[in-house]
Amino acid sequence: MTEPVLEMKGISKEFSGARALVGVDFRLFPGEIHALMGENGAGKSTLIKVLTGVYHPDAGQVTLDGEVVRITSPLQAQKAGISTVYQEVNLCTNLSVAENVFLGREPRRMGAIHWARMRSDAAQLVRRVGLELDVSAPLGSYPLAIQQLVAIVRAVAISAKVLILDEPTSSLDRSEVEQLFAVMRRLKEQGVAILFVTHFLEQVYEICDRVTILRNGALVGEHMVAELERKRLVQLMIGKALGELEELTEHIRPAVGKAMIRAEGLGRNGAIAPFNLDVHAGEVVGLAGLLGSGRTEVARLLFGADHADSGKVLIDGEPANLRTPNAAIERSIAFCSENRRAEGLVPELSVRENMILALQAARGWTRPLSTEKRDELVARYMKALDIRPSNPDLPVSSLSGGNQQKVLLARWLITQPRLLILDEPTRGIDIGAKTEIQKLVVELSEGGMAVLFISAELEEVLRLSHTIGVLRDRQLVSQIANAPEINADRIMEIIASGAPA
Amino acid sequence: MMSPAMRRRLPAVVTATLLVAMIVSGYLRYPKFDGQAIYDLFIDNGFLLVAAIGATFVILSGGIDLSVGAVAGFSTMFAAWLIVRQGWTSWLVILIVLAIGTLAGLLMGAAIHYLEIQPFIVTLAGLFLFRGLCFVIDDNSISIRDPFIAGIAEARFQLPGGTSITLSAFIAIAVLAVAAYVLHYMRFGRQVYALGGSEQSALLMGVPVARTKLAVYAVSGFCSAFAGVLYIFYIQSGDPSIGVGLELDAIAAVVIGGTLLTGGTGTVLGTLLGVLVFGMVKTILNFEGTLSSWWVRIFVGSLLLAFILLQRLMVARKTPAPA
Repeated sequence: MTEPVLEMKGISKEFSGARALVGVDFRLFPGEIHALMGENGAGKSTLIKVLTGVYHPDAGQVTLDGEVVRITSPLQAQKAGISTVYQEVNLCTNLSVAENVFLGREPRRMGAIHWARMRSDAAQLVRRVGLELDVSAPLGSYPLAIQQLVAIVRAVAISAKVLILDEPTSSLDRSEVEQLFAVMRRLKEQGVAILFVTHFLEQVYEICDRVTILRNGALVGEHMVAELERKRLVQLMIGKALGELEELTEHIRPAVGKAMIRAEGLGRNGAIAPFNLDVHAGEVVGLAGLLGSGRTEVARLLFGADHADSGKVLIDGEPANLRTPNAAIERSIAFCSENRRAEGLVPELSVRENMILALQAARGWTRPLSTEKRDELVARYMKALDIRPSNPDLPVSSLSGGNQQKVLLARWLITQPRLLILDEPTRGIDIGAKTEIQKLVVELSEGGMAVLFISAELEEVLRLSHTIGVLRDRQLVSQIANAPEINADRIMEIIASGAPA
Repeated sequence: MMSPAMRRRLPAVVTATLLVAMIVSGYLRYPKFDGQAIYDLFIDNGFLLVAAIGATFVILSGGIDLSVGAVAGFSTMFAAWLIVRQGWTSWLVILIVLAIGTLAGLLMGAAIHYLEIQPFIVTLAGLFLFRGLCFVIDDNSISIRDPFIAGIAEARFQLPGGTSITLSAFIAIAVLAVAAYVLHYMRFGRQVYALGGSEQSALLMGVPVARTKLAVYAVSGFCSAFAGVLYIFYIQSGDPSIGVGLELDAIAAVVIGGTLLTGGTGTVLGTLLGVLVFGMVKTILNFEGTLSSWWVRIFVGSLLLAFILLQRLMVARKTPAPA
């Protein structure tokens, strides 16, 4: 067996009393892709930040190539041979591809930057990972996926020993992920040790050789991926059996009574063909369909974010004019957008302020909430949703993705909506937080709330919904009542054939 | 469809076209508009060019410097005071003023970086401070009668066709050449661009952000003082109210020259074009003779607005359409 290129032993780290890492061991082998798995808050990012010199561990040591090293800064980590590519591309889009690869290490001739050599060297490096780019074009003219690959090219050009990829796939589509994986495989063949952080189990099984699992800041185990069953991996991550998730299906029951909201022939040119849709109080209606099939468009029409060209909306049997989101909010409709960063949360504001935003907006600025009322509401929902860390004064941007999503949910729940529209509420968050949000949806519907649940994950839609609407090519092609015999394959068939059930 | 690289150069191309059009129409319309008029552009706008070069560094890095005119004005007053009232050697005084300008820029840069204060505020404080100091030295202008200064001020090089150019204009062009080299061929220059692109990314890519930012404001301070020195050669005196609004002219020239106010994109050659367009507007209105000099402002204002809109358009088109 080959020697590990990097070994971390007994790493511990505390933040003002909270133990983020407790005696964690971790190793990386050359020519291997190693997945680091764990729920949000399990200590993955802390471990990576220790490895890249952002944090200094309270105890433990790091060995690189058999020598003990002290990593004090990201720059020093880079020099020692550890490079990181973050989820958000940290390059300069105004500079050319070649400059981004070489910034700070430009080849020079007599003190002046040797542009011709920089370009030819960069072109060569880019080709080595299987890309064909015009290296003198500004980086910003390429799509995000390519920018990410350029970040990898830069990282590898600086030091080819250890490459850390921190959730690089979360904003890439399928073909872009393929491209990234191709690059990763090439680097692996060249003997680079790759640490790969992802939330997607499938990707672990597709590309990784070895996996290390963390839970609550402690090491759970290191396994070869090929010898570890998926179910077992999830169990190791969340520390309990999947039973809890499966229980949820028991709650399915038929909807009764009059529709809380009804869309009749509602449609918008170029966005979604006219459709009829009922959502009852206490009912979860799931929308399934491929990306771009019109799922979000349905939600936007019901929330008044877009104008309908045809049809009408009835609320409790009465025609309602939902021209603007404000009109919808007044009618107790809440919409959690899929893009929580861009459309939902205000990153600079605190958790408390973000949570209270929608309620205050609904009341108007002339009727401010009292401090006690506000603190009480915030405390109640932070507890109910188990938002961590439980400090309402932190800026919301410092929370993990799953907890940010919960803050957004809390914002709408505080307004006590009758219809809650959730657009991809579980995307990009880990399996533990996912389960919690799913449980919450079930609880809310049992409490009488109508929920419109949109998700790209069919399993999730099947598990939660009473009724499933299937979308295809911007058309609501089918609405079926959920039943035990309905499974993902059946839904896929409908999506594929476009035939109503 | 334009290539992205072309699109980035579009404002500079528009400015160059505009400049050529202005020169051609000036040549056709006014019989007295000859080669000398072109050289006069450099002679009469040398200090603006140097000030605008400093502003280019700052704006490329994503910042702004409002103290340019005040530092230039102070440089003329302090130099005049040292030479005339204290009897110091003039060439030494020039070096001292340049050093003071550089140091002032460095301190403002330090306040901006380490105290995390908006550059707008810090350099506004610098503006008030140095303009105030001008009037502390004297309320009136101090004329300088110094052989060294007079020698440089009156030095002219004869050029073919009976035209000539001053040494000051040459110096301004030399500063331009050095700045172009620094920005394009030195690591420091590329770090300025990286900083203007994204400070966060630059930091993570290992750019010495603190050093670069301080250096950028030091360059601007140096250029401001240098502009003051060129003023001295131009008018052979120190004047407490000279250079009022110079920073705004410089920023206008930089923007007209195609540098994005958000930082990261632009060149000093573009800035030269911007300064020349600015100068041409003045020249043409001079030749016209009947118009109030305030028309220069109105025209430059409209031009600036047009270019800002052009920038807006570029930035808007750069963001990819949502899927």
